[in-house]
Amino acid sequence: MIEFVGVTKRYPDGTVAVDALDLVVEAGKVTVFVGPSGCGKTTSLRMINRMIDATAGRILIDGRDITEIDPAQLRRGIGYVIQNAGLFPHRTILDNIATVPRLVGWSKTKARARAAALMEIVGLDPALAKRYPAQLSGGQQQRVGVARALAADPPILLMDEPFSAVDPVVRESLQDELLRLQSELGKTIVFVTHDIDEAIKLGDKVAVFRVGGKLAQYDEPGTLLARPADGFVDGFVGRDRGYRGLGFTFADVPLGELPTVQLGAPAAPGWRLVVDAEQRPTGWLPGGLPAEPGNVVPGGSLHDVTSGTLRSALDAALSSPSGLGVAVDAEGRVVGAIAADEVLAALDRRRAAVS
Amino acid sequence: MTWVLANLDRLLSLTLEHLYFSVIPVVLGLVLAIPIGWAAGLRPAVRAVLVNVSGLLYTVPSIALFVLMPVVLGTQIRSQVNVFAALTIYTLALLVRTVVDGLSAVPSGVVDAATAMGYGRVRRFLEVELPLAVPVIVAGLRVAAASTVSLVTVAALVGFANLGSLFTDGFQRDIPQSVVAGIVLVLLVALVLDRIIVYVGRLLTPWTRVTSRPARAVARPASPEVAP
Repeated sequence: MIEFVGVTKRYPDGTVAVDALDLVVEAGKVTVFVGPSGCGKTTSLRMINRMIDATAGRILIDGRDITEIDPAQLRRGIGYVIQNAGLFPHRTILDNIATVPRLVGWSKTKARARAAALMEIVGLDPALAKRYPAQLSGGQQQRVGVARALAADPPILLMDEPFSAVDPVVRESLQDELLRLQSELGKTIVFVTHDIDEAIKLGDKVAVFRVGGKLAQYDEPGTLLARPADGFVDGFVGRDRGYRGLGFTFADVPLGELPTVQLGAPAAPGWRLVVDAEQRPTGWLPGGLPAEPGNVVPGGSLHDVTSGTLRSALDAALSSPSGLGVAVDAEGRVVGAIAADEVLAALDRRRAAVS
Repeated sequence: MTWVLANLDRLLSLTLEHLYFSVIPVVLGLVLAIPIGWAAGLRPAVRAVLVNVSGLLYTVPSIALFVLMPVVLGTQIRSQVNVFAALTIYTLALLVRTVVDGLSAVPSGVVDAATAMGYGRVRRFLEVELPLAVPVIVAGLRVAAASTVSLVTVAALVGFANLGSLFTDGFQRDIPQSVVAGIVLVLLVALVLDRIIVYVGRLLTPWTRVTSRPARAVARPASPEVAP
């Protein structure tokens, strides 16, 4: 647990970067600091590992004031990932990842073995071990940055806009990867971004900062979307707030009948879902056409009933060419159809139940 | 050519003398320039003073410095220390600047990352900043080495035998072969030292020669979403 108690950072020229911040970062959760440039989110992050020292107030890690800990010692126990990865250009990928284990005194062999294991964990090809950072793509470098931060197994991970310099497709896969890693590792992660969508996707809790270093709202992402504290947060959270809020609403949607067909079947009226031998969907077949590969139309998104939200249910219905969303089980097998009306009805019932 | 063959022994011993007078000041200068350059980087004011003073030193005529050394150091007028000290000062004058430039060219994000990983100041300097400054330092060292090899010849005027003696000797006794042989050998010594520095520099910086093309082998893709 990381506690900010009345933390202020004022620079000699009088600029206030962070203004009397009170905030508790929960252990084992992802906390995202988000806000426009100049809102003090990065300054707040960098005060946790004393890259910047606070002017006033205290920061406690598990109850201990961080100013009592030697900065280098403190930092070795806190993983740090920055934009553009900040890798050491003169070290191989393996040795970059082995940095902190080496610093805390592991033998070279042990540190490298650990580094190799981490490459596996973050999904890096072992063939890259002997390369230098300049030989890797931006996305790969970022993975190395994450691996390096995790190498000595620190309980806390600070991430300063780590994915903002990579293209959107790579960013999304890095975000998914981080969520997967976090579900296995359960670190206390503080993540800084200016991208509200990233904040909402990754955060267990999101702290929205406004210019001048003031905390505007600190809540779970669903609450942030449903009940923004003020006009600033509302404006910052942005468009499609209602639709995105469905991503945090869980409710059962009644499933309808879904006509399925396997390749080779004769023509029949109405849309039918083409499935393989394991009942996994492969595409839609328009009415009046025989089930041949050339006639199959690509489908929309899938709604996983075991983990899906109302957003994924609604999106499945809206993106399907037939107008019927496809619900699948955890193994990806078809379990039924979703109609958009049913999703909205489920939302109504849920509202009635909550209020 | 006959003159060269007749004087082969002398040419060889003068070349060795010359190397001796060149290499030691360059090495000493480098060893001193690194901590001075580091200290210079810590405070902008210190940096301005050091860079300017070292630049100024280089403008002092070498013959004057050779003659001045015994006065400043209190050494014997015939002591080799005078030559080493004077030439080390020139090397320093060139290298302090180089070290400062090399260190300030290290990307700040990398230094920041090193600090955040938990490097102490000294270890960060030795393991991160200095290695990354090597390419710039090597470039400056090549200039300093060439300059020193050439300056050593002046020491012949104050009585220290080296390849420069071939110039003074050849001039006074009217032996053009001696002067030509001196020039060729000085160039050769400079060239050999330059090659050695380049070679050692390459050994220290394998990462500068990798192609910056992203690797073919990509990270394993995250499980793709299956679309029906």
